[in-house]
Amino acid sequence: MKTDELITRRNMLIAGVTAVGGLVLTSCSKQLPPTYGNILRMGDTFTYAAHQALIPGESLVKEYSHKDISSFPATGTTNPGDPDKPNSSELYRNLQRGNFAEWRLTIEGLVARPGSYSLAELKGFPARTQITRHTCEEGWTAIGEWTGVPLSRVLDAAGMLPSARFVSFYSFDDWVDNIDMLDALHPQTLLAYGMNGRDLAVAHGAPVRLRVERQLGYKSMKYIQRIVVTDKFNDGGKSGSIQNGWAWYVGI
Amino acid sequence: MWAKFVRFPRYFKSGNRLSTSKFTRAYLDAALAMTESSESTPNPTRSRHTRIVRASHWIVTLSFILLAFTGVVILMAHPRLYWGDTGNDLTPALIELPISRNYKHGGWDNQVAFFQGEASPVSANRTFDIFNKNGWGRSLHFLAAWFLVIVGAIYVLVGILTGHFRHHIVPRLAELKPDLLWHDFKEHLRLRIRAATGGPQYGLMQKCSYFGVVFLALPLIVLSGLAMSPAITAGYPILLRVFNGYQSARTIHFFAFLILLLFLLVHVFMVIKSGFRRQMRGMTIGDSHED
Repeated sequence: MKTDELITRRNMLIAGVTAVGGLVLTSCSKQLPPTYGNILRMGDTFTYAAHQALIPGESLVKEYSHKDISSFPATGTTNPGDPDKPNSSELYRNLQRGNFAEWRLTIEGLVARPGSYSLAELKGFPARTQITRHTCEEGWTAIGEWTGVPLSRVLDAAGMLPSARFVSFYSFDDWVDNIDMLDALHPQTLLAYGMNGRDLAVAHGAPVRLRVERQLGYKSMKYIQRIVVTDKFNDGGKSGSIQNGWAWYVGI
Repeated sequence: MWAKFVRFPRYFKSGNRLSTSKFTRAYLDAALAMTESSESTPNPTRSRHTRIVRASHWIVTLSFILLAFTGVVILMAHPRLYWGDTGNDLTPALIELPISRNYKHGGWDNQVAFFQGEASPVSANRTFDIFNKNGWGRSLHFLAAWFLVIVGAIYVLVGILTGHFRHHIVPRLAELKPDLLWHDFKEHLRLRIRAATGGPQYGLMQKCSYFGVVFLALPLIVLSGLAMSPAITAGYPILLRVFNGYQSARTIHFFAFLILLLFLLVHVFMVIKSGFRRQMRGMTIGDSHED
């Protein structure tokens, strides 16, 4: 009798785990990032699927008040125009000299109207200002006020096609990354051109950087040059996070 | 030994108010208490660690070791702890840990104030090449965390359903008397450790520490870890409020780790002192008898 009870309990447990597994798996039948058969990337993908299943998709991150604005370290590339640094860009150096008047953001891929926008044109879109916490993967945090155009507005203007699944970004300092539609269309995802009430400084990604508030800081790419809308996952090759040993999804 | 005089009064003094099932429980407990009083002879009726307890014990152990190792690797990238929401190299730290070349590193230039006035927050560029192994460190941390959380949840669920916690882990109210606690604590300090039973028959300090690890320290370290996720705190902002901000959660996460590390060291020491061979047999093959 005792044995029967044990087996029933175990079967219940197995059934329960299978059911939860099924729930998680069906909720992520969407395209997932590649794992390259790497157990660490499998863990990242499982986290991504779990977040999609368990976190309400339109949740906004906490917005702070003006008095919460803190000191803000500039790390990684702090000037792509500096010829002494790796990944320096002559093109960026020339644009910087002209105070980014000649800078244009290209949008291509799965959009009805591929083209490019000047800084003035981006500033012509309805703007959003938000005071949010930047959470660096290293462990530090800083609060800043960001002003920019929600990425969804620009994607709308370019006529994003229904087959779009990911939005890729290319930067002047030779970095490639992409985000899914949940983040791309999120109201707090900005193409930011202002920080703490001024034009975005070169150290923080001038003229335009991305703000992806529900992920760690390195997803908020600085020095954006080009946007490509795709239906396939683009790992960025040697310029992307995955092949450099870093997780693609860092909602954490 | 103490179980004999602790458990008896609880059930038999209020016996007239006990339901039948409670009475059965009380009877079994009393029987168990009696077998426990004959400490020296291993008793075949004594319960053993169940398979689920043994399996989850070792999976959680492995997860914890991986989490501790990768947690330190992650901390080495920024060995400074803060209180509140923000904290970085340009703001004062609560604690600075000398655990990597990033400890009190200089290398900041182009300092610019954001606003007018002396108290303005600033921006500065990092010129120092920091130590940072967080790419694999963090992914391994979360991989191990999944094993800890999923196996831990199954363990807790089964522990509640089978009465494992009720019978073996949760200290009884009557046991939680200062003199009993003090007595058992002193016995431990004098290294008068009860011989291992190889099963879940625990002393008072043992119950209290297992209870503290399962129901306080591990939930605290998991929740403070979740409070460091920008995506999870967007969906569940209560986590940030409970821990008073991201950096406070990070600091609490670190101190919860220190408590668990202390537990691990004392736990291993006690396993060795109380009869390593029998304890290991009990927690692996589930057989506590010496052959």
